[in-house]
Amino acid sequence: MGKNPKVVQREEVVVKFAGDSGDGMQLTGSQFSDASAFIGNDLSTFPDYPSEIRAPQGTVAGVSGFQVHIGHKEVTTPGDQADVLVAMNPAALKANMKWVKPGATIIIDIDNFDNKHYKKAGYVEDPLHDDSLDGYNVVKAPITNLTRDTVKPYGFDPKTADKTRNQFVAGMLYWLFNRDIKLGEDFLNDKFKSKPNIVKANTAVLHAGYNYAETIEALSTTFLVDPVKNKKGLFRNMTGNLATAWGLLAAAERAGLELFLGSYPITPATEILQEIAKRKHLGAVAFQAEDEIAGITSAIGASFAGRLAVTSTSGPGLALKGEALGLAVITELPLVVVNVQRGGPSTGLPTKTEQSDLMQALYGRSGESPLIVIAASTPANCFHYAFEAARLSLEHMTPVILLTDSYLANGSELWKIPNTEDLPEIHPPLVKDNDENYQPYRRDPEKMNRYWAIPGQEGLRHRIGGLEKEDVTGNVSHDPMNHQVMVTKRKEKVEKVADDIPELEVIGEQTGDLLVIGWGGTYGGLVSAVTDLQKEGVSISLAQFNYIHPLPRNTEKVLAGFKKRIVCEINMGQFVSHLRSLYQHLGFRQYNKVQGLPFFISELKAKFMSVIEEQQPGETKNS
Amino acid sequence: MAEVIKDIGTLTKKDFKLDTSVKWCAGCGAHSVLSSIQSTLPETGIKKEDVVTVSGIGCSSRFPYYIDTYGFHSLHGRASAIASGIKVANPNLSVWVMTGDGDSMAIGGNHFIHIIRRNINVNIILFNNKIYGLTKGQYSPTTPKGSITKTSPEGTIENPFQPGELTMGAQGTFFARVVDSDPKMMKDVFLQAAEHKGTSVVEVLLNCVIFANEVHKDITGKDVREDHQILLKHGEPMIFGKERNKGIRYSCNRLEVVTIGENGITEEDLMVHDATNPDDSMHYNLVRMGLPEYPVAMGVIRAAESTVFESMMHEQVNHARAETKIKTVNDLLHSGNTFRIDD
Repeated sequence: MGKNPKVVQREEVVVKFAGDSGDGMQLTGSQFSDASAFIGNDLSTFPDYPSEIRAPQGTVAGVSGFQVHIGHKEVTTPGDQADVLVAMNPAALKANMKWVKPGATIIIDIDNFDNKHYKKAGYVEDPLHDDSLDGYNVVKAPITNLTRDTVKPYGFDPKTADKTRNQFVAGMLYWLFNRDIKLGEDFLNDKFKSKPNIVKANTAVLHAGYNYAETIEALSTTFLVDPVKNKKGLFRNMTGNLATAWGLLAAAERAGLELFLGSYPITPATEILQEIAKRKHLGAVAFQAEDEIAGITSAIGASFAGRLAVTSTSGPGLALKGEALGLAVITELPLVVVNVQRGGPSTGLPTKTEQSDLMQALYGRSGESPLIVIAASTPANCFHYAFEAARLSLEHMTPVILLTDSYLANGSELWKIPNTEDLPEIHPPLVKDNDENYQPYRRDPEKMNRYWAIPGQEGLRHRIGGLEKEDVTGNVSHDPMNHQVMVTKRKEKVEKVADDIPELEVIGEQTGDLLVIGWGGTYGGLVSAVTDLQKEGVSISLAQFNYIHPLPRNTEKVLAGFKKRIVCEINMGQFVSHLRSLYQHLGFRQYNKVQGLPFFISELKAKFMSVIEEQQPGETKNS
Repeated sequence: MAEVIKDIGTLTKKDFKLDTSVKWCAGCGAHSVLSSIQSTLPETGIKKEDVVTVSGIGCSSRFPYYIDTYGFHSLHGRASAIASGIKVANPNLSVWVMTGDGDSMAIGGNHFIHIIRRNINVNIILFNNKIYGLTKGQYSPTTPKGSITKTSPEGTIENPFQPGELTMGAQGTFFARVVDSDPKMMKDVFLQAAEHKGTSVVEVLLNCVIFANEVHKDITGKDVREDHQILLKHGEPMIFGKERNKGIRYSCNRLEVVTIGENGITEEDLMVHDATNPDDSMHYNLVRMGLPEYPVAMGVIRAAESTVFESMMHEQVNHARAETKIKTVNDLLHSGNTFRIDD
């Protein structure tokens, strides 16, 4: 005790927690995030876990991780590489060495670094005795043994005792980041409210970790990250899935409707269903359907009956919903489909991120079936775009697909809490009872939406369905010209939504050498890379699309302002294909990655510089 | 012109008729189902605006276009799921699913068993003609084994479903069977289906004049129907036959057809139908009765009480609303862990 550590002030720090799926790394990560938010750091988090619930212990396949990026400066991504890595076993070390910065602090549980664990992790050489850790500050902490000693008085079996090891780690980090350990105690008190013995044991371990870190020589430098600049107000730490669920609840309230969610559990969208299931006190109903098809069709039924109807899913589920989406298109009922994208095709990489459902969202139905497609771009703005999806759906009487992805859904960031009274009111085109002018396919002359007459209303009985309907009257019609008219009207209705969405914003100058184009969840990486290069004097700007169909009115103008354009996506080039088909006179480069991982800022910057520097004949004008 | 809103008590069959032309084949059994539903609805005591008919795809599923209620002609097999959404969204509505043997037993089998398992209070009218009609004559999941159809030129090699068995296997609380040629039986059973709290399944043995003509004739034929059908009524002994002298007895763990007056059998020996028994074992036995050993059971075979999904859902909603401190989304946004960041 009583050493005087050197305190280093840092603009930002990235911490990665890694261990077995059952080691509680997600909890320790959230605890560290909450403590960071409490003292006013900006933050962005990303959990990284296998699709198996408890893969074989000690294997690389079973490693679960949680990365936190905290900052005095604003942070927009969970960070490329970690300044501090916590590795609870050799597998966690092996899986994460490539995500660690040179010179980083690596805290390992030395009690798990033995031959048995090396073998499981697939190490041939002992990593502590070859040169693979040279240049890192390796802290060999006997976490398991010290934890077991600490909880001895509580009479836990070894398995239960080991579950508290994550608090030893938490304690070490409180010391390493110069934080008040009381925050950690409060977290535990709140988390295990009803289990006083568990609170006591965990608190003891938390202190043991803190005291250990304070004592050992290996931790001679501590970090201090001051509260974030330029962010003031009341915040909360939000994941994308939670923000999506709350955005839908807010939209229901602002529309004066009750929320109905028809959904089937699917990774990584399930938390939306779980969250809505908890919100009966706000009048919301979560209907856990027997399959993806019943998820969407029950929602269509609820929409017909006058609810704000939503279904949530991921890629394979969206494929199953395709037929029903066509029904929602032709019946022109409001419906929000949330698709939390994951690696595909098929079961693919269920817990990893990808943006490969864009084409499916735009075109994955039979017939001419246009609908609105929008995408959220940060964990917290899932709230805004879920609200927008509901607003556009209700006011324009059309299904809307909201695209998020695993990275946004599970990642978190600080979100400035809005006042719901500042959100726009939503006005669905409802009809008064006994309205003599009501006909199922009479339309609003401006927006071209049909009107919403709801079963139970007097004097508005009508029939809708999947068969083509006669314009205005809604009678079944197989007339050739009528079909042409109806197909055209459904298309125009969706295209007119462009009048009701904001223009595309450009981050940086409106003209220049290179326009970086992204959509949805790549925003954090792209904006960091672009603003870094802007600071270095590079002529580069970013256009991040949230409205995919229809596109903002000024899209072409923005795109045309640059000598070169590069479309960056976590897929093989779906948005770039879409843009090429719409703007055939403009040239587009593309940058694609499909590794189940987000873009890293370093790789983006390198790519952008190489594009700017490349000289090809004829590239002086718009390429 | 605005229509005159009638009081519930004054509604008649005419109020549920539309002036559009009905496009089923002449002689199709669906015409008489439509007519029976139209004469049933005025007697249910339900407001005309509160009735919703929902269908899937198939000949029978054109039904909503022919009746003056709110209607939804949906997707093949999905009517039960759409109806679930409608009923859970607004339990005040009277929801009627019109479906066929292909629609509900094949492509919609999953939704069919799950709406029944949840016991959502809708009425499912299953038009069972044992054939795919709208696609012109392929075998369905209820087609008798060995039948020659367009997709079984050497005869089907599949075991058919009994809708009643499937209903009870899914813990159904109401199952009835009627024939399309008996409007009185249909109306009587449809009314009981409407009154039942929970999913009511009514199997209509329906004739397809084009692709499976007379498929039910051994049951429905004028000359045989009294001997080949037994109309079950709750609380009454199981008697049937032209002479009203045949009955069903339960003996040695199985059902048995007996004749009153033979071998000392009296009415006292016959089973009394108990539709409300929560234990469905006997209802299973009754549903499975078939020619030639047994008559085919008609009427309400099972009508048992159980909890109703949407009622419980809304009880939970009301309870949560009463208990919570979080009354608005704004309360929610400001609840739990929030962090104030100041200068």
